[in-house]
Amino acid sequence: MLFTSYRFLEFLLILLLLYYILPAKWQWKVLLLASFVFYFWASPIYCVYIAVTIFTTWYAGRKIEALREKSASFLREQKENLSKEEKKSYKAKIKHRTWIWTLSCLLLNLGILAVVKYTNFVISNINSVIKAVGSVGELSFVDMIVPLGISFYTFQAMGYIIDVYRGTVEAEKNVFRFALFVSFFPQLIQGPISRFGDLKKTLFQEHPFDRKTFSFGLQRILWGYFKKLVIADRILTGVNTLIHEADIYNGAYVFVGMLFYALELYADFTGGIDITIGIAQTMGIEVTENFRRPYFSKNIKEYWNRWHITMGSWFTDYIFYPISVCKPMLKLSKFSRNHFGEVIGKRVPVYLSSFVVWFATGIWHGASWNFIAWGLGNWLVIMVSQELEPLYKKFHDRFHVNGKFGFRMFQVVRTVLLMSCLRLFDCYRDVPLTFRMFGSMFSAGNWNILWDGSLLNIGLTVTDYCILLCGLLLLIAVSLLQRTGSVREKIASLPYWGKFILWYGLFLVVLLMGAYGIGYDSSQFIYNQF
Amino acid sequence: MEELLEILQELHPDVNFEEEEHLIDDKILDSFDIISIISEIAEQFDVVISAEHILPENFNSAKALYGLIKQLEDED
Repeated sequence: MLFTSYRFLEFLLILLLLYYILPAKWQWKVLLLASFVFYFWASPIYCVYIAVTIFTTWYAGRKIEALREKSASFLREQKENLSKEEKKSYKAKIKHRTWIWTLSCLLLNLGILAVVKYTNFVISNINSVIKAVGSVGELSFVDMIVPLGISFYTFQAMGYIIDVYRGTVEAEKNVFRFALFVSFFPQLIQGPISRFGDLKKTLFQEHPFDRKTFSFGLQRILWGYFKKLVIADRILTGVNTLIHEADIYNGAYVFVGMLFYALELYADFTGGIDITIGIAQTMGIEVTENFRRPYFSKNIKEYWNRWHITMGSWFTDYIFYPISVCKPMLKLSKFSRNHFGEVIGKRVPVYLSSFVVWFATGIWHGASWNFIAWGLGNWLVIMVSQELEPLYKKFHDRFHVNGKFGFRMFQVVRTVLLMSCLRLFDCYRDVPLTFRMFGSMFSAGNWNILWDGSLLNIGLTVTDYCILLCGLLLLIAVSLLQRTGSVREKIASLPYWGKFILWYGLFLVVLLMGAYGIGYDSSQFIYNQF
Repeated sequence: MEELLEILQELHPDVNFEEEEHLIDDKILDSFDIISIISEIAEQFDVVISAEHILPENFNSAKALYGLIKQLEDED
């Protein structure tokens, strides 16, 4: 059930009616039922996978909590009888047992994710090795079911179990409430990856109907549909032509393709998240923001703090920090300081952990070398920028460019171009082809296609370009307005006719200018595949 | 405390660590800085700050961080 299908709108309408008509104490139960229906609709078999994750994670969380309670009670009772050393040893024993529960839960659930997502990738690599060494025969691929949104809900559940282990959240007692946290349907298929501590504040509360919150939610949904249907799905035809016919469209076409893809991905992903956050808001639930105007970033490091924020913070909190500060890494850092000097020694934990994080980020996005190369490309650019920072600072101080509008624009354009170049790995079918296409930008010499009308032969008409240009300008205008506060609040303060023209106008634009395909259903969201 | 201030000052000479109380909230320190600080603390104080202690409230000020070091020393 796509967010952009009529069936989904019917589903949402029925849910909202039930949500506000039935007693408020039933609201979270209605949501759980709706999430189950939503997931069951996608495929009944998917429900088995998500149920395993829900139940095992909830059970491990309860076990960890029980061990901790038992330990606290034992230490309270034996306060006078135990020596400091005995208490320390007892605490270490309990901590070890909680770690065993956490680790088992992580291994089981990440194992499921790894098997369903990466088995065929591993088989394909083994086959390549078999072929390379000249042996005959190859392994057959497995027909694997990949449940909808498995990367998102697994990460959300694993974040929960680590938080319980660390003691930053209390384990949820009610398995059904925990099931809602994992399966909350608006964010199930493309995030954001919420933290239990954040989402539970509003997910299980009773929400009486509030006209302002409800209408703000609807407005956010409409804005999401505008981005998805009017911009992303319209430019999709052009992007597909340029990417899928790489033999014809090289050189300047690659440059055009990467910029078109930058716009498509932004409109598609942020549009989807707007719909998610908007749906939650109509029900009074607050979901963490996932974007903060990423294309206005000065460098890639900042970009990654503003794009897919919940994924970035997940990797930082649950992979980057634990690896960076684990004892073996600190020992390695000490060894490096003693043998290679202070400068290198200090960098070892950061560089190694970042490498692991970016490798994991790459493979999380997809089971292919393209995504791994994309992840490591990001790592390389961030590390090089980090190393060059003192040089940049000297340059900024020498030429007094910091804060100047022109330089700021240069930084923004540089970030967009760098990110777009890296995303070429996402566009083309394999890594060597990606490098060839990138290289062709400098060798093909066909920049005349930018003005000789060739771009009208890639599936986009003059009307399409006009709509896309207007849409792009509107996106930029709204992003600029957002810097001084909520745009919806600003619109809400306008006179009635002003509000009416803006929102009804946007509704008509979505209705009349949205790109609708056969059966008037839109295309899948790009992030659904992750 | 002096030792800790030296570690922090070396990382960001332009920040007044004695006064600043929003090092994480105001994004003065990023994840790379935090790892460098933890690595330095392990070296100079012989205290290991594990991932579960990397919380904004422990890193928002030099005072809070020093409090964490003392707490971990006591636990040892």
